[in-house]
Amino acid sequence: MSKYTEDDLKKELETKEYEYGFYTDIESDKFPIGLNEEVVRAISKKKNEPEWMTEWRLESFRIWQSMTEPDWANVTYQKPDFQNISYYAAPKKKPELESLDQVDPELLKTFDKLGISIDEQKRLSGVAVDIVMDSVSVATTFKKTLEEKGIIFCPISEAIQKHPELVKKYIGSVVPQTDNFYAALNSAVFSDGSFCYIPKGVKCPMELSTYFRINEGGTGQFERTLVIADKGSYVSYLEGCTAPQRDENQLHAAVVELIALDDAEIKYSTVQNWFPGDKNGKGGVFNFVTKRGLCETNAKISWTQVETGSAITWKYPSCVLKGDNSIGEFFSVAVTNNHQQADTGTKMVHLGKNTKSTIISKGISAGKSQNSYRGLVQIHARADNARNFSQCDSLLMGNDCGAHTFPYIEAKNKTAKIEHEATTSKIGEDQLFYCNQRGIDMDKAIALIVNGFSKEVLNKLPMEFAVEAQKLLEISLEGSVG
Amino acid sequence: MSLTEHLTAAFLAFENKFSAEHNEKVNEIRSNAFTHFEKMGFPSKKDEEWKYTSLKSLLKHDFKVFPKVQNTTEFKEVKKYFLHEIDTYKIVFIDGVYSSFLSETTHDGFDICLLSAALAKPKYKMVIDHYFNKIAKKEDSITSLNTAFSKEGAYINIPKNTVVPKPVQILHFTTGTVSEVLTQPRNLIVVGENAHVQIVERHQSLTDNVVLTNSVTEIFANKRSIIDYYKIQNDLKSASIIDNTYIKQAQQSVASVNTFSFGGNLTRNNLEFYHEGEYITSNLNGITIIKDKQLVDNHTLVNHKFPNCESHELYKGIYFDASTGVFNGKVIVEKEAQKTNAFQQNDSILIDDKASVNSKPQLEIFADDVKCSHGCTIGQLDEDALFYMRSRGIPKKEAKALLLYAFANDALEKIKIPELKTRITKIISNKLDVNLGFDI
Repeated sequence: MSKYTEDDLKKELETKEYEYGFYTDIESDKFPIGLNEEVVRAISKKKNEPEWMTEWRLESFRIWQSMTEPDWANVTYQKPDFQNISYYAAPKKKPELESLDQVDPELLKTFDKLGISIDEQKRLSGVAVDIVMDSVSVATTFKKTLEEKGIIFCPISEAIQKHPELVKKYIGSVVPQTDNFYAALNSAVFSDGSFCYIPKGVKCPMELSTYFRINEGGTGQFERTLVIADKGSYVSYLEGCTAPQRDENQLHAAVVELIALDDAEIKYSTVQNWFPGDKNGKGGVFNFVTKRGLCETNAKISWTQVETGSAITWKYPSCVLKGDNSIGEFFSVAVTNNHQQADTGTKMVHLGKNTKSTIISKGISAGKSQNSYRGLVQIHARADNARNFSQCDSLLMGNDCGAHTFPYIEAKNKTAKIEHEATTSKIGEDQLFYCNQRGIDMDKAIALIVNGFSKEVLNKLPMEFAVEAQKLLEISLEGSVG
Repeated sequence: MSLTEHLTAAFLAFENKFSAEHNEKVNEIRSNAFTHFEKMGFPSKKDEEWKYTSLKSLLKHDFKVFPKVQNTTEFKEVKKYFLHEIDTYKIVFIDGVYSSFLSETTHDGFDICLLSAALAKPKYKMVIDHYFNKIAKKEDSITSLNTAFSKEGAYINIPKNTVVPKPVQILHFTTGTVSEVLTQPRNLIVVGENAHVQIVERHQSLTDNVVLTNSVTEIFANKRSIIDYYKIQNDLKSASIIDNTYIKQAQQSVASVNTFSFGGNLTRNNLEFYHEGEYITSNLNGITIIKDKQLVDNHTLVNHKFPNCESHELYKGIYFDASTGVFNGKVIVEKEAQKTNAFQQNDSILIDDKASVNSKPQLEIFADDVKCSHGCTIGQLDEDALFYMRSRGIPKKEAKALLLYAFANDALEKIKIPELKTRITKIISNKLDVNLGFDI
């Protein structure tokens, strides 16, 4: 990535309206709206899935029907009408791709606008991209390099065909169908997603990444991601989201499951930038995500997220520290502006001995937004010598926003050591003044201070993401302090 | 007959009796409160505020709401529960009924007397109408239950510019020789402008029968007043208490509530502060040391509504055996409450394997120019410090006790009545089963 200068920012700020808000004109293969067993069967059939998968979906659907939408989160919104959503959309032209030339030129343009030129990434950064465009993967790169190492990185629909034993064994093992309302819904209707398997002792040579896009208006996006790191392996996984500008609310209910077997390590980074709605809070994406990882002995899972988008965010990447000596980490920056509402945090469930977890959460609220941290640290009776450190800091800008913390801390073992800290503050006037008198204008000064505030987390992101994330923070907060 | 049915019957009988009293308004408040309680019932674990504390085992007892009273308790039997080293005003209740024999009340310059008298006599009508049931949370079913049966308790009214020369003790004894008893004391405390009062409250069961106390206290701190409130909870294992304290503060007032929970089967403290003016200070301190299967649940709320106010919250807990501690501290800073300083700290030490702690320090902030923080730690004694002391010849038990005492000391230092401090220190060394070897 080229260097990002002040001028670049200025240019961007001039067009700071949601810059990724465009709409690609690709004919979609779309289901009629509504959800019933027939639709679930149809999705499964469309994907040419084996019998067990269809059954699994139907079971999830029945569970979902018996559940009610949760309302404990600190957010208010018009509940989506689940019968008024189309549950499947796939670009009609699905070419078998060997090289980029075969990709629909419309699609390539879209990616260019998003700044993820595939060929450039192919050549320069060594990132393999599995692009999910409206639920169906259309291009997979670097597959061969990965294949040599025995790494499987493909759309989950393909994995169901080619590696049913792995999918069957692990799907729903960390996030069961009964987990929550949205997880059950996702299990029933998930359209596609990514599947990743790292064999024993393999260190994945490159960062795996998937770009998600919601494209078709009125289409719910139900992604399913399954990452399995076998014994002693390592993988760093990147997920980035952008969505076109829409007026009606779009529902996004993804499920991500990570499984780190003995001595394995998974690093999962997300930059989330769904359309947050316009200045008056109209439109915007509803993001109800269930993300959870399971750590076996000596395993490590690290979640890093930068949340700048979505009208509603409802997301708790969690770690179940099942094995002894396992480690869970959570680093998060959540920015809310205008009418955005975010209720995000993590759960660290300590089951094994000598387990460790770290939580660093930075919330920045501006405009009329509400930003909540909700976290759970649970030390079970058998988790001797468990250790947790949590820190959640909030930064408030302006007087119409809110910052909230809801930490739950439950210790059932006497050897547990838990520390929790939370602070709330605003950008000091003296800090701004200092910057101003050194010739740094207001917006740049705020960007500077916010970046400093979130540095601890941004540092955890892989290089390319860190730059992008920094840009996002600046753009999301432009003009929030006058 | 379930407890709720039992309570309904008791309320009907009670209603017939009190309808003869003058104050129509109070009667209305009571019946409304009972209707609300009937609608809500007792809270269950599904209730977010009662997530970690179950009343289930407690509610299956067949409590007598109005036990037959034999006022035969001698002073020497209960002397040890009094802060008898110093001169104090005393308001003493036995099984919910006022004991004039043990009490020392006054109307000289200020009122330290009974709520029943204040409710009945016309001369207090204005005060009652103005303050009674004004801040007790009407949505809360347990508080409503108390309101429905509210009849007896302490009534303290300190007029403007008055400093009460000696502390006030409010003592509740439960004798319950015959059966299980439910008492519902109701206190009303009004502190006038520039006035100052210190109050010590204690509930003590004298019986092995199961006792449940559902107490509600309303405190109004007017402009620039100072109130220090101490709660001693060191009851028998058969006794449980749900204590609801609501405090409304006017500008520049300072209110401190210190809660010392050392015993009882189940102890639940709901402590809520509401601000009605600028430059208010609220202090909340607590020490919890419990054993066996005891449970102490501290729920606090500080609602910052006005600018330039402060709140300081410090809760320390030491948990032995299979005891459980719950802490839920909520701080709300509303939009107008700029320049607020709100600090909250909850530290716990787990001593034994089966002890557990559930902590939920919660901040809800809507104003930007504020300094708010909360901290929560759960840990053990420092092995190095223990080793150091033992290498200097201090036995393990004493060394441990010294460290635990030091841990609790931060909250202990806030006690402003020296005799009370000594008393609490004694209770602590008793709980830790050592002689700390120094008198403080």
